[in-house]
Amino acid sequence: MTETRWLADPQVRRGAVITALVMLLALLGPWLAPHAPTAMVGPVYGPPTAGAPLGHDFLGHDLWSRLLSGGVSVLWMSVAAATLALVVGGSLGLLAGFSRRRLDQAISWAADVSLAFPDLILVLLIVSMLGRAPWLIVLTVAIAFTPGVVRLARGSAVAVAGQEFVEAAQMMGYSRWRILFSEILPNILTPLLVHFGNMLTWAVGMLSGLSFLGYGVAPPAADWGLMINENQAGLLVQPWAVLAPALLIAVFAYGTNILAEGIGRVSARIGEKQP
Amino acid sequence: MPDHAHRSPRTPAWLAWFIGRLGYGLLTAWVISLVVFIATQALPSDPARVILGPDAPLESIVTLQRQLGLDQPLLVQYLRWLGAALCGDLGISLDSQVPVAQLLFGRLGHTLALLAGVLALVVPLALTLGVSLALRRDRPLDRWGLSALILLKATPSFLLAIGLVLLFSMPGMGWLPAVSILDPQLPLWRQLPSLVLPVVALSLSALPYLTRMVRASMIEALESDYVVAARLRGIPERRIVWRHTLPNALTPAIQGVALTLRTLVGGALLAEVIFSYPGIGTALNAAIQMRDLPMIQGVVLVITLAVVLINLLADLLTVLLTPKLRTARRVKMIRRNRRGIRPWWRRARRTPAQEATHD
Repeated sequence: MTETRWLADPQVRRGAVITALVMLLALLGPWLAPHAPTAMVGPVYGPPTAGAPLGHDFLGHDLWSRLLSGGVSVLWMSVAAATLALVVGGSLGLLAGFSRRRLDQAISWAADVSLAFPDLILVLLIVSMLGRAPWLIVLTVAIAFTPGVVRLARGSAVAVAGQEFVEAAQMMGYSRWRILFSEILPNILTPLLVHFGNMLTWAVGMLSGLSFLGYGVAPPAADWGLMINENQAGLLVQPWAVLAPALLIAVFAYGTNILAEGIGRVSARIGEKQP
Repeated sequence: MPDHAHRSPRTPAWLAWFIGRLGYGLLTAWVISLVVFIATQALPSDPARVILGPDAPLESIVTLQRQLGLDQPLLVQYLRWLGAALCGDLGISLDSQVPVAQLLFGRLGHTLALLAGVLALVVPLALTLGVSLALRRDRPLDRWGLSALILLKATPSFLLAIGLVLLFSMPGMGWLPAVSILDPQLPLWRQLPSLVLPVVALSLSALPYLTRMVRASMIEALESDYVVAARLRGIPERRIVWRHTLPNALTPAIQGVALTLRTLVGGALLAEVIFSYPGIGTALNAAIQMRDLPMIQGVVLVITLAVVLINLLADLLTVLLTPKLRTARRVKMIRRNRRGIRPWWRRARRTPAQEATHD
């Protein structure tokens, strides 16, 4: 029911359409690409021609094919990282907001300490010491995002836990877990969802930034962030090689962002609790 | 906690809070040192191998292990490292054989200059923009302004920086240097033009959050009772906005600035690399590429401790600038609520009268 209310908002619709379009492009891209992303088919920094609508990159790969194949990595990694952070952080936050003093303090304090590490620095530290396997990058980005989710979930859970319907459930002798997950969780879902959208935006920025610095996806593979990095030298000769992946990253980030903003605004308008 | 009721009236009430907050900050700093140490020396099975690469000869690995003290037990390594770091000795850079602290000192100044420039640009801009948007709430300018801010907020900060480099490296745009390679012989203040683009790029990415925050707290403050009262007394609107409302809307902005600084440190790393600006971010990037372990440890430690310090200062400023908190008998934790919340089934039921005043 809430979904239809959200979709009535033009901003939410616009965000959903943009996000879906970029996702579609990234997911179907590898099948649509005319060449393999690593096939050298033209001149280095070749200009756009009829056969290659965007021209060629620093090694003579077809830019259009590389662009189509380079989205999957950014996409699945950012979605996985944001989801992992949401699940882990959400559970920890709920637990903290719900439990006795000690556990609550321990969780909140751990979240505070990890908030002292700027996200990118933490991820760089771990990736540089432990290697750059994709699952490791996803894990570290998720770790960097978790404290924020913990604080949000805890704050919202504490606000909800004081309401009458929770006390009623308490009186009726429901178990702790049932109260947590079927009474409190549905009521804090909207702020968490908005935060999820924001996390997606940050994850896309951070992952493409990591690839750009050379710590992300390993070079021969296609990746939007990596493409910006490797084609930087030819900025003036072949601006598309940098502009096109940058634009796609920006458009995806914009889509997820206005989607999250729109959902947040709608839920504020219909009077749901916003922490 | 001792009873503060008979405290002499001269001790400021917030002092007890500040001492507690300082202890909390120190504890956080200690945990951070532990995390940095674990991530760099304890977690990789053999840091010497990480540094030298997979096919280094055994003798050089053993030599490096001895040089870094890696042949000692972990606890000894940690205590030795922590003790040295407390005395300001962060080890010797493996890459350049110069003490890390000495290398960091100059770089830190450059990054601080960058961040100072960003704050000097963003804070006044965010204040004026936020206030003017709040005053035109829901009118076309407000709506367009917000859309533009969302666009800025969504664009990853390093893309903004790359866009600026792209723009200023085009022919005819040579009036500002597109990359900021500093001449180490000259003092920084004589090379200000090379600071302009990094500062602008970082400011653009920091602007949306602060502006929206100022706008939101302005709107909230403008709807409060004292503003209505002031209007009824016939005080001019301009005075209400700038003298009555803004100071109250500013306190949340302090925490906002602290949070912005934290994100800026990460953003500064990317921006510095893109503009080749010799700050602490490029130092970290180079250290990671060179596998310069002491340098990595030093940079990460300095950055995180700076964030702890920023949070501490922001909390102190918030308390000092909020009369209610400054004179309170006991200052609660600001922003992060450390006070254990009692589980709701143990919470004493509020009396109806209290509930009424609470709302």
